[in-house]
Amino acid sequence: MLLIECPWCGPRDEQEFGYGGEAHIARPAKSAALDDAAWADYLFHRTNPKGLHFERWWHARGCRRWFNVARDTVSHEILAVYRIGEARPDIADGDR
Amino acid sequence: MTTAFRTAKGGRIDRSQSIGFRFDGQNYWGNAGDTLASALLANGVHFVGRSFKYHRPRGIMTAGSEEPNALVQFGLGDRTEPNARATVVELHEGLVAASQNAWPTLGSDVGVVNSWASRLIPAGFYYKTFMWPRFGWKFYERAIRHAAGLGRAPEGKDPDHYDKMHAHCDVLVVGGGPAGLSAARAAAMTGARVIVMDEGPEFGGSLLSETAEIAGRPAMDWVAGVVDELAERSNVRLLTRTSAVGYYDHNFLVAVERVTDHLAAPPEHLPRQRLWKVRAKQVVLAQGAIERPLVFADNDRPGIMMAGAARSYLNRYGVKVGNRVVVATNNDSAYAAAADLHDAGVAVTIVDIRDEPTGGDLPLAAFGKGIDVLSGHAVIGSDGGRRVEAAYVAQISPSAKRIAGSIQRFECDAILMSGGWNPSVHLFSQSGGKLAYDRERTIFIPGETRQQARSTGAAAGDFSLVDALTDGLAAGLEAAADAGHRKRGGRPQAPAVAPVITVPLEPLWSVPGRDPRGRTNKHFVDFQNDVTAADVALAAREGYLSVEHLKRYTTTGMGTDQGKSSNVNALALMAAASGRDIPEVGTTTFRPPFVPVSFGALAGRNVDHLADPVRKTPMHRWHETAGAVFEDVGQWKRPFYYPQRGEGKQAAVNREVRAVRNSLGILDASTLGKIDIRGPDARKLLNWVYTNAWNKLEAGRCRYGLMCHEDGMVFDDGVTACLDENHFLMHTTTGNAASVLGWIEEWLQTEWPNLKVWCTSVTEQFATVTICGPNARRLLGELCGDIDLSSEAFPFMSVREGHVAGLRARVFRVSFTGELSYEINVSADCGLALWNACMMAGEKFGITPFGTEAMHVLRAEKGYIIVGQDTDGTVTPIDLGMGWAVSATKDFLGKRSLARAATAAPGRKELVGLMTETPTDVLPEGAQIVEKALESAPMPMLGHVTSSYYSPNLGHSIALALVRDGRNRIGETLEVPLPERTCRVRLTDPVFFDKEGARLDG
Repeated sequence: MLLIECPWCGPRDEQEFGYGGEAHIARPAKSAALDDAAWADYLFHRTNPKGLHFERWWHARGCRRWFNVARDTVSHEILAVYRIGEARPDIADGDR
Repeated sequence: MTTAFRTAKGGRIDRSQSIGFRFDGQNYWGNAGDTLASALLANGVHFVGRSFKYHRPRGIMTAGSEEPNALVQFGLGDRTEPNARATVVELHEGLVAASQNAWPTLGSDVGVVNSWASRLIPAGFYYKTFMWPRFGWKFYERAIRHAAGLGRAPEGKDPDHYDKMHAHCDVLVVGGGPAGLSAARAAAMTGARVIVMDEGPEFGGSLLSETAEIAGRPAMDWVAGVVDELAERSNVRLLTRTSAVGYYDHNFLVAVERVTDHLAAPPEHLPRQRLWKVRAKQVVLAQGAIERPLVFADNDRPGIMMAGAARSYLNRYGVKVGNRVVVATNNDSAYAAAADLHDAGVAVTIVDIRDEPTGGDLPLAAFGKGIDVLSGHAVIGSDGGRRVEAAYVAQISPSAKRIAGSIQRFECDAILMSGGWNPSVHLFSQSGGKLAYDRERTIFIPGETRQQARSTGAAAGDFSLVDALTDGLAAGLEAAADAGHRKRGGRPQAPAVAPVITVPLEPLWSVPGRDPRGRTNKHFVDFQNDVTAADVALAAREGYLSVEHLKRYTTTGMGTDQGKSSNVNALALMAAASGRDIPEVGTTTFRPPFVPVSFGALAGRNVDHLADPVRKTPMHRWHETAGAVFEDVGQWKRPFYYPQRGEGKQAAVNREVRAVRNSLGILDASTLGKIDIRGPDARKLLNWVYTNAWNKLEAGRCRYGLMCHEDGMVFDDGVTACLDENHFLMHTTTGNAASVLGWIEEWLQTEWPNLKVWCTSVTEQFATVTICGPNARRLLGELCGDIDLSSEAFPFMSVREGHVAGLRARVFRVSFTGELSYEINVSADCGLALWNACMMAGEKFGITPFGTEAMHVLRAEKGYIIVGQDTDGTVTPIDLGMGWAVSATKDFLGKRSLARAATAAPGRKELVGLMTETPTDVLPEGAQIVEKALESAPMPMLGHVTSSYYSPNLGHSIALALVRDGRNRIGETLEVPLPERTCRVRLTDPVFFDKEGARLDG
């Protein structure tokens, strides 16, 4: 069970959180202008990397805030936690 | 009470306290401090069970939690526990246990024929034999499951209760032997918060079985001193009878504490077991080592056991495992057992594979005592039935590892074996740590760690007492320092211990037998699952070379002991058979739990009414008194129907449905999800989350809306009311309220953080009473004086505020039944008062409470969908024929997906009505719809029935269905193949009743 540092509440057990998939996927402003492939890319396609992954978590059984986490999908090490709207932190994959 | 094999003195048992117990129907005596295994051995009982596959007689093999053989059915009735290891079951007065895997009795077991037929049951037997014909498996499975299986699960409800504990600490020490205690003591001195846990009833680990001295005193004196010191400290928690079973991410460990299993009469207030969930900053792994067996022919007879276990039984429990023993070894450690047994008056012969077992202190001591040692020899077989009677010993040629000389027979009543020791790396491996292979000592040791953990002592491959004490101390200090605690003042010193010189073991993974092909004898590798060296060789020959294949094909390591004593032997045999190096073969992944865990401990208090919250409306008691049958809707209890005297379900539902259509019904709708939405951007939010437009909805008006996920599929619907320009009340379906709120919050926080809008769940703040039927307005008129109820002043799809029955209320004129209908919201604490007032005033109209089933029939008559019943996450608004609720102009969540090629293509499944040819034939929901039923499946399926009821108003069954290209097929007749019959159905419009909606106005 991961120990996740909620930016609002501090470190809490994973069971308090919900997982929200890959982060930094903005909804296209003009969805009607996208062709099917571009829309499918937004809707379905995710990176699923082995290693560094930027992802969203939701403190569902706590403050109910969404936030972003940089996690190594192999070691489950959490490398950074940052708020929604903040820029992706500068972490190089394998750089730890 | 004296027992035949109990020593005159010594051991940690309480000789003043005799304990009576029962095994396989026979009464025995033991002592306080015994395990079931040690007490049986004290009575001379070795034969305690039969093996899993061949039903061979088996005895007690170890003295710890790694025991593969001595699995017993422990306890009686609903407290019975299968597969309990006799080696860890603590004896208590009146204990009852029985052998497993034998029928009708242990002595005359029918399954033993498997043993004679063993040549016909090789590894992979089941895979090979029962694959054909394919449908045969369901017949074979019953027979196989009857013959297989270990113990018996209790059938009744668990009479005990269980607790869970959540704990945090700086340093968690797993294992309370010399290394663990040393680490815990050092860490505690720094002020770090320490938890130290051990499997056994008392701390000491290997020292409990030792004769060694620490600082010039018996080792257990040192243990007692350290435990006393730790117990005094407020920063230390000591847990005995606590097995760490899982090591998960981020230093999260789970352990099971057996609180009352050892008590004859457990106090009521204590839980049987506690599940500990520990989050530790640092972990010290000090679980010691597990002795590995020697793989020789017939190495499984009762009386053949691990040398270390025999030493444990002697020194810890005061039990001699035999009077005449042969010790088979390839290393020094067995000499200690031999020496102690010799001192206790047991006749001992040592058979050492090594040619020159000299140089080590332990062999020297044994020689000094005059014990017979046959070096360069091996035990190559055994004789006996329910107890070993003799060991066959032969000289082994050092190079070819063949039998070199003649075979001698040694009469004996026990054979003690030692193939070396494997560090207990299970938790380390679970934690993600990599194992390293130590070629010199032929062991896997902890390599690179992935978590904040360090292994120490025997668990790290450092087997000597000196190492355990000094390395343990260092590990404790280091762990505390890494957790931010440093010792002030001088560094503590480890106590002085006399060093013991040992010489390396000599591996001999499979001892040659008399029959070189191993056909008549069995060299057991995995005792619990009856896997032999020949099975491993067969797996290699058949190409199952990967360690994962080896495991699954032969089932080695897949028993309840998880191959604690067998794994390394199996790997080494596979390496030899496939001409590879042991590390090249690798190890399988160690998985939790380290020892079996009861479901009760995992469930804890989350059972019965605490398994899941039960939500009840404020009117629940009334429904109960009225005799309602309840239905679970999510966590809510909702009245399903209200049977009157002697009424069945269908009669009750018919009566309720007719009452609503003919006069007046009343429904508790409090469970509907309610979300209060406020803020200047509330409309913007509604425009995003609903498929239709919300800009023009005036205060006091309501609108129905559909919600889609971004994939364009419907996931909720409901009516939202505009209470004020910037204030809305959204209704969601009962089961979906939390997920809709969560979904809205997600979008607001992640995509539209600038929207000025605030959402609050108010589901439980309001009670909702729905009155519907032609007399609904008249009833409301009697209860409410401050709202103009005329159709002009209070039209359909409006909301008004006022007082009903003197209670402040919001009244929504909406309808889910097609009748004139009012949903009256009052503060939750007034719900029952409102309900009672309606029932009283409604008496003259024959007001009839109706449940969810009548509601479903009424809405189905009108073709109103229920999201989650008529939709399943693959259905768009267009599929439902609800294109009228989809805005063409604005963007909304899911809109773009409706235009995707696949979603917009013709021929999708669409919502239609179904009428059966026979009016009384009610289709089962979920039934498949086909063009023409064929004799047997498969047949092309066009869709399925989503809702199906008998409509008393139509005198006909009705159904809703999703059918491919359904709207174009309306009027066609299709077929529904059912197990006993085929139904012919006509496709219709989904609205069956009052198509014009004339009844909405009463």
